[in-house]
Amino acid sequence: MIFTLFKREFLGYFRSPVAYVFLVVFLVASVGLSFFVGNFFKNNTASLESYFMFLPWLFLFFAPAVGMRLWAEEKRSGTLELLFTLPVTTLQTVLGKFFAAWAFLALAVFLSFPMALTAAYLGDPDWGTMFAGYTGAFLMAGSFLGICSLTSALTRNQVISFVLSVIVCFILMLLGWSVFNGALGAVLPVQAVDFVANCGLIPHYESFTKGILDPRDTIYFLSLAGLTLFLNILALER
Amino acid sequence: MMIEVKGLVKDYGTHRVVNHVSFNVKRGDILGFLGPNGAGKTTTMKMITGFITPTAGTAIVSGHDVRSAPVAVKRAIGYLPESAPAYGEMTVEEFLYFIAEVRGYRTAIARKERVRHAIAQTHLASVSGQTIETLSKGYRQRVGFAQALLHDPDILILDEPTDGLDPNQKNEVRTLIKSMAARKAVVLSTHILEEVDAICTRIIIISRGRLVVDETPEAFRKRKPGARLDEIFRSLTEEDEAATALSANEISKEKS
Repeated sequence: MIFTLFKREFLGYFRSPVAYVFLVVFLVASVGLSFFVGNFFKNNTASLESYFMFLPWLFLFFAPAVGMRLWAEEKRSGTLELLFTLPVTTLQTVLGKFFAAWAFLALAVFLSFPMALTAAYLGDPDWGTMFAGYTGAFLMAGSFLGICSLTSALTRNQVISFVLSVIVCFILMLLGWSVFNGALGAVLPVQAVDFVANCGLIPHYESFTKGILDPRDTIYFLSLAGLTLFLNILALER
Repeated sequence: MMIEVKGLVKDYGTHRVVNHVSFNVKRGDILGFLGPNGAGKTTTMKMITGFITPTAGTAIVSGHDVRSAPVAVKRAIGYLPESAPAYGEMTVEEFLYFIAEVRGYRTAIARKERVRHAIAQTHLASVSGQTIETLSKGYRQRVGFAQALLHDPDILILDEPTDGLDPNQKNEVRTLIKSMAARKAVVLSTHILEEVDAICTRIIIISRGRLVVDETPEAFRKRKPGARLDEIFRSLTEEDEAATALSANEISKEKS
């Protein structure tokens, strides 16, 4: 059942030209940043570090663009009523849609594989680090999309959903930022600052890009996605 | 009994939209659901189909309680929501295949058979490859119909099935409903009183959230011999508006 819903949603992206525009713009932006700002060549290292470095900032805008339609569009067009009078549970629909968005964003990231091939052609990259980087990007995408799916369920307006999720994701990114934590340290005790910093996205993601596969980071991203999807179900059933 | 509606209540904030509505529908019934706009017809239907949760009361559909077994209820019902929503970017065929898959037809052959049957029943063959958003209102309504009929449900709930159709299409839809009625229980809401007269075996009128009439069209006619149906309808719903205004006052007093 989840697969049926997944399939409709995932193929739904490609039923309009928006999906192709999205993929092209995402690729140009992610690879462009890596080449021209991240100095992919000048670094003189055969790695995708310069590519992964910018992904959180790209996800900040691209994940909400992928996730904003999930529920807002169903509410606007009235198909929500159709969907929820079919013999499906709320959990199944939430997961089906979420996985579809996740797969779509993952596809956008994995289309950067010519970069990996380039690195392999020019040098001798560490495939383990690269694999860890892709894993981190994939997990981070899941967390972002959980948030986007939730905000999309709160409104029938895609623009509001987009703005809300950008704000929430941005706050989560700020939490791990050293400047922000320094400011917090002036008013809060050390333990509290540590706790807040642990909730931030970037430090968890950075350990992946360095090639460290720490179960705690994986759990962080998955639990963030799980929490937002749980709230998503509550928001739809209220 | 196919549908037992037991004391359904729906409040939105302090406003009571549906107020203790109870009725039964059995196989072979075509129930005409009437009432002024905003009377609570659609809300009642949405509660029976499990789309919204009642504030109080429940509905038993094919032996399943909509509160405790909503998925079983949804399996038993074919539902055409108001203005027949559908995924506009899909073609008619794609959409119906999706519905068939969600409705639990596991094999490709079974799905194909059901979709082909639904398309034939609703005369959609000529547009089956077209995306739904490009269709006219009449065709979209038929797509909604095809979707509701696809799994050959025991119970059909149709929210304004003939709304926006031309007279020929209306007639076609009525014929279709009539032809299936013997094997099913049908609930349909409408504004058109002649429609009720033409196909329904029972009339239910809801006004200001309360059930005011539940009888056969013949009994309804006898209320005022010689009068037009809409005259009887108007007098009934007007009387009721005064009465419910009083009871609404009582409710707000109890609450404060």
